[in-house]
Amino acid sequence: MARTPADLVGAEPAPAHHIEFDGRPVPALPGQTIAAALWAEGITAWRTTRVGGRPRGAFCGIGVCFDCLATVNGRPNQRTCLLPARPGDTVTTQEGHGRADLAV
Amino acid sequence: MPTSPSDPGPRGGAPYDLAVIGAGPAGLAAAVTAADLGLRCALVDAGPRAGGQFYRHPAPELGAAHPERLHHGWETFARLAARLDGHPRITHLPDRQVWTAGRRADGWRLHLTGHHQGPDAPPGEVLDAAAVLLATGAYERQLPFPGWTLPGVVTAGGAQAMLKSGLVLPGRRVVVAGSGPLLLAAASSLVTAGAAVPAVVEATDYLGYARGLKTLAANPAKLVEGAQHGAALLRHGVRLRRRSAVVEAHGTDRVTAVTVARLDRDWRPVPGTERRIACDAVAVGHGLVPQIELATELGADTRATPDGTVALAVDAEQRTSLPGLYAAGETCGVGGADLALAEGVLAAHAVAGRPAPAGARRRRDRRRAFAELMAAAHRPGTGWTGWLTPETDVCRCEEVTAARITEAVEELGARDARTVKLLTRAGMGWCQGRMCGPAVACLAGGPHPSHPPRPDSRPLACPVPLARLADLGEAEL
Repeated sequence: MARTPADLVGAEPAPAHHIEFDGRPVPALPGQTIAAALWAEGITAWRTTRVGGRPRGAFCGIGVCFDCLATVNGRPNQRTCLLPARPGDTVTTQEGHGRADLAV
Repeated sequence: MPTSPSDPGPRGGAPYDLAVIGAGPAGLAAAVTAADLGLRCALVDAGPRAGGQFYRHPAPELGAAHPERLHHGWETFARLAARLDGHPRITHLPDRQVWTAGRRADGWRLHLTGHHQGPDAPPGEVLDAAAVLLATGAYERQLPFPGWTLPGVVTAGGAQAMLKSGLVLPGRRVVVAGSGPLLLAAASSLVTAGAAVPAVVEATDYLGYARGLKTLAANPAKLVEGAQHGAALLRHGVRLRRRSAVVEAHGTDRVTAVTVARLDRDWRPVPGTERRIACDAVAVGHGLVPQIELATELGADTRATPDGTVALAVDAEQRTSLPGLYAAGETCGVGGADLALAEGVLAAHAVAGRPAPAGARRRRDRRRAFAELMAAAHRPGTGWTGWLTPETDVCRCEEVTAARITEAVEELGARDARTVKLLTRAGMGWCQGRMCGPAVACLAGGPHPSHPPRPDSRPLACPVPLARLADLGEAEL
C-alpha cells in the first residue's frame, strides 16, 4: 500500500527549493502550487477573515472560492491554489482584505 | 491596448474557426476532433496543462512515473494529449481565463486574462473566432454546516485536485462527506494515496438509482466504475455511512473532529443519532454546479437539472440558443467524463458542418440518461437546513450567518437570493456566490418546482484588473 501520494505515482521529483512562509522556510517541489507546498508541511491556514479574523486556507483547490488568498511577494489577494511556488517566494498570512498599506 | 495572440486568418474574418474554452475531457475531445476535420482551433484553458479537473495531473518536474494510478480512463487522456501535442491547427493557450465574451459581425471576441493580476501581469489578450465552444466544466456545490469554515475542511473535488496535481493530502485522517458519485472517487483516491478515511458519509441511500434500472443496464461502464471505487474502499476498510451527514465540524484553528448524524427522508438530522469521529481534515461536496456564466451573460437559454442546478440548454448537435455558441460536458448538465468526451466530439462535428458519428450520439444519449438519473438520486433534500445553527456562516467570503439570512427572509421580506444578497451581502464577496449561492437560494425559499432556479448573472467571469477594463473601448466588446 502506498504511504504517500508520491509513492503511489512513483514520483521522482526534481530537487526541492524553498519558499518562506511567515518568516520560516518551507520546502516546495518544482511544479507544486504555493497551497500544495503549504499542505505538504501540514499548514492549512494562511489568511484571516476581514470580519471575524478567523483562519482560512485552501477550500476548493481549483480557483473558484478565493479562500486560499495570501500575500505573495508583498502582493495581497493571490490565489495560492493556482500560483506555482517559485524559489524564494515570500508568502505571508494575509490579514483581512490585505490592503493595510492603503489604510482602507 | 490588449494584444491579440492571433493574426487574421488566410480566409479573412476571424483568425480561428473555433475557440474552445476549457481543456478538460469535453474541450480536449472537441479541439482535436475539430482540428482533424480541418478547423483552425484555439484551446484556451485556465490550467497550466491540458486535462481539466478530471485529468488533472502533476507537473512534469514532479516526475510522476505512474500518474494513471490517480485516474480513471487515463489511456483516453493519453491518446487525446498525444493528438493535441504539436497539432498544426490547434493553438493551445494555457494559464488563461476568459473574463468576458462579445458577439461580433463574423463570430465572437473573447477577452483573456491570466491568474496573475499584479502590475507585472502579462497584458490582456483578445481572441476572435467564428464559433465558440463552452467547455468550462463545473465546480462543487456546498451546503454549509457549523464549522465548515475551519481550516482542514475542504471540498471533495479540491482534495482530489490538490492530490492529483500537487501530490499532497489535506490531512492524515480525512472524513469524506456530502452526496454524489464524486465522494466515492475522492475517497478511493485519498485512501490509495495513503490517507486514512474513517468514514464516507453519503446523504442519500442510493435507492434513487433503483428507479432507473433500464438506464443502469444501458451504462455498465458506470456500474463498473462505481464498483471499482467501492472495492478500493472495502480493501482499505472504509465504512460507507448512507443517509447520514456531517452536521458539525469541531476545532478552533483547524478541524479536529466531526459529528455525523443520520438523516430522515428529507435530509433532516435525526436527534439522538449523532456520533463523533476524530479527523484532521474533511472533504465535502454535494454534487457539481455547471460553470456557465459566460453563456448566461450573453443570454443563452438554460434548463433546470434534476438535482436543482442550472445548465445550458443545447440541441442534439450541442448548439446553445445563440448562433455560433456551442456547449459540451458539464456546462450542459453534470454527467462525467465519458459524456463530456462524446459531447465534445459531437460539437466538433456540428461546428465543422459534418454529420455526427452515430457511435458518439448513442454514447451521449445513454450517458445523458444516466446523468439525469444520478442527478435525481442525489438531489439535496429540503431538511438539510435542520443542521444549521443561527451562528453558522453561510456565505464564507462576507461571513454572513444563517441568522442574518433568516432575518432578511422572515423580517425584511426577502423572497429570493437576489434580495437576500442586497440585504445581507451574502454572495457579494470574492467568490461571487459560487460557494454559498445554492444554500442562500434554498434559505430564501427556493428553488421550488414552480420556480426553477435562475441562472446567476456575472458580467465578469473571473477577476480582472481595473486597468484592463479601462483599456476597453465600448466597441471592443
